[in-house]
Amino acid sequence: MEETHCCIYSKMASKCSIDLFVISLTVVLMVRVLYVMYRCGKPFPKGASESFSTLIVLGSGGHTAEMLSLLSVLRKDRFTPRFYIAAATDNMSLQKARTFEDSLADKAAVKEASSQFAQIYRSREVGQSYVTSVWTTVVAIAHALWLMIRIRPQVILCNGPGTCIPLCGIAFLFKVLGIRWSSIFYVESVARVKKLSLSGLLLYKLRMADQFFVQWPQLQKKYPRAHYVGCLM
Amino acid sequence: MEENGGIAKRVVFVTVGTTSFDALVEAVVSEDVKNELQKRGYTHLLIQMGRGIYSPTKCDGADGSLVVDYFTFSSSIADYIRSASLVISHAGSGSIFETLKLGKPLIVVVNEDLMDNHQCELAEALEERKHLYCARPHTLHQALAKMEVESLVRYTPGDGTPVARIIDRFLGFPDE
Repeated sequence: MEETHCCIYSKMASKCSIDLFVISLTVVLMVRVLYVMYRCGKPFPKGASESFSTLIVLGSGGHTAEMLSLLSVLRKDRFTPRFYIAAATDNMSLQKARTFEDSLADKAAVKEASSQFAQIYRSREVGQSYVTSVWTTVVAIAHALWLMIRIRPQVILCNGPGTCIPLCGIAFLFKVLGIRWSSIFYVESVARVKKLSLSGLLLYKLRMADQFFVQWPQLQKKYPRAHYVGCLM
Repeated sequence: MEENGGIAKRVVFVTVGTTSFDALVEAVVSEDVKNELQKRGYTHLLIQMGRGIYSPTKCDGADGSLVVDYFTFSSSIADYIRSASLVISHAGSGSIFETLKLGKPLIVVVNEDLMDNHQCELAEALEERKHLYCARPHTLHQALAKMEVESLVRYTPGDGTPVARIIDRFLGFPDE
């Protein structure tokens, strides 16, 4: 009789301690998430770092042209090394980025191997069925995670393509887990005049972008936390 | 502008971008549009038709009509734009800004068949600032008829300096 009681007590005690552990872990995580959300968008103190490793997410066509326009005026010594990522189906964008990096190397004063290039699987291609896209989404997220573990960027620059969403999500996770603190800068495409793109809307609403830029004054009125910066093109 | 048999060559360059836009190709080779172009002194019509399946009839202009020629893709679209007197383009931001930066008169034709048609936003916003004219395939003729090239405002290209300044300040870099 006593033995069974004892057993029940010890079981209850161990159950309690597991519960307590789960609850405290949840509380700690929630506090951490809230802290990360509070810290996002807060500027760094002066002279915080000499340079930042930078991830640049490229999209097709107009997106890449706009991104290169921004990169051409950024101080390269402050944003180094640079990692470029484009969708696996998009060969043009990485080629343009390589041409851009080569033109910098010609100007000298740029350290060797300061840039790297990678392609990323897309979760869903245009016209793909939703059934197969479940599997491809899993593959795409795993691939994004692998790339982010390797790169661990301190700065992420993106301007619209859907491929930036898993990367920014993982960056947020890294911040919560204390793996890497990164600052996300998002520039909405010049083609968006009245409405944000889905990627832009997600990053704005979830406050995942540290600084958010729009190229038309109409959009800034609708999304007051955004900076209006005029056309990049 | 080249001299070609005593008449100055004035090219209208049409570009559909990387996909297809047959409605635009059909619209530019319609009799109405060709007549209007010729009336306005254009001599050549050159069409980049992309993956479209509609091939217009080529014409060497021997009978004094508009010279019509086409091709699918080219890596040097900028050169074609540079040598054109008028550009008629799809609504992609790449083509639009490439043409505006080269200071060429531009009519943007919006593809109404695209599902997520946010691209007309850009063309309409730039039309409001008088940098270009905006049309649909079926209104291209009217747009051409009322077009006044002289009243277009030259586009001043922007750059990333304001974005760079804010990013630099955010990361704690001193101002230059």
